[in-house]
Amino acid sequence: MAYSDKVIDHYENPRNVGSFDKNDEAVGTGMVGAPACGDVMKLQIRVSKDGVIEDARFKTYGCGSAIASSSLVTEWVKGKRLDEAATIKNTQIAEELALPPVKIHCSILAEDAIKAAIEDYRKKHGLEQADGEEAAEERVA
Amino acid sequence: MSSHFELFGLAPAFAVDAAALDRAYREIQSRVHPDRFAHAGDAERRASMQWTTRVNEAYRTLKSPVQRAKYLLELNGVDVGFETNTQMPGDFLLRQLELRETLAGANQPEALDALLAEVRREQRLLVQGIAQLIDDSKDYAAAAGEVRKLMFLDKLAAEIDVAYEKVE
Repeated sequence: MAYSDKVIDHYENPRNVGSFDKNDEAVGTGMVGAPACGDVMKLQIRVSKDGVIEDARFKTYGCGSAIASSSLVTEWVKGKRLDEAATIKNTQIAEELALPPVKIHCSILAEDAIKAAIEDYRKKHGLEQADGEEAAEERVA
Repeated sequence: MSSHFELFGLAPAFAVDAAALDRAYREIQSRVHPDRFAHAGDAERRASMQWTTRVNEAYRTLKSPVQRAKYLLELNGVDVGFETNTQMPGDFLLRQLELRETLAGANQPEALDALLAEVRREQRLLVQGIAQLIDDSKDYAAAAGEVRKLMFLDKLAAEIDVAYEKVE
């Protein structure tokens, strides 16, 4: 199958590969897996006190599309507020990387990973998910 | 259409008698094989082809623990969600990351042997658990979670096979 240039670029030069200390108060960790292909993805965010994602890291064991999807998401979320980052949709990832239909699940995995990382950070700090999400939706509308 | 189990005269259970499955498969295959219909009419030849395809698919499904479990769960109205369910338990995913890191760092056949033995051990434990959940407690939702785990390990075992070709 032919990969798009953007997928190949992220695959050959993945951005933000690595790990943060998951016990760090400022770090949120999301781990997800796709049974269909056995891909495993860990995505971490480092969040400032005022709720802005300062940095992100990922580690993905999977195909080129899964690596590219997580690499792209770590770039996108930097500088975003948590509620903004939570609105990233797999369709945006799939569109940016021109993923073919059989690789859409890779973009779903990346969306679920960032959501899980945000959720983990919020849990650590006793923040309610619903409030942030509602605020985000209001802005879109 | 009869179920794959009925086709081979087996009880619909996760625990299958592998020898009985192989026997039934060879027996049916020998009756429907296209070679036997080489001089028959079009309709018969086509029917033979269709039966062969059906029998092969049923055999492949029942032979593989993951596919057999998935099929059984579907017969019982439970979707295993291979494509859609990404929320695996955290400790399981951590373990999967660890195993994949070990694979990435394995550059000797001996290291791959050790990893493969560990993966096979975990596969066996999962298969035992799935048999218990499907056949004994009939807890299909819990079984689906274990089948998803087995998918990850099957995939990893296949990747270890590929890695052998690189180190040897």
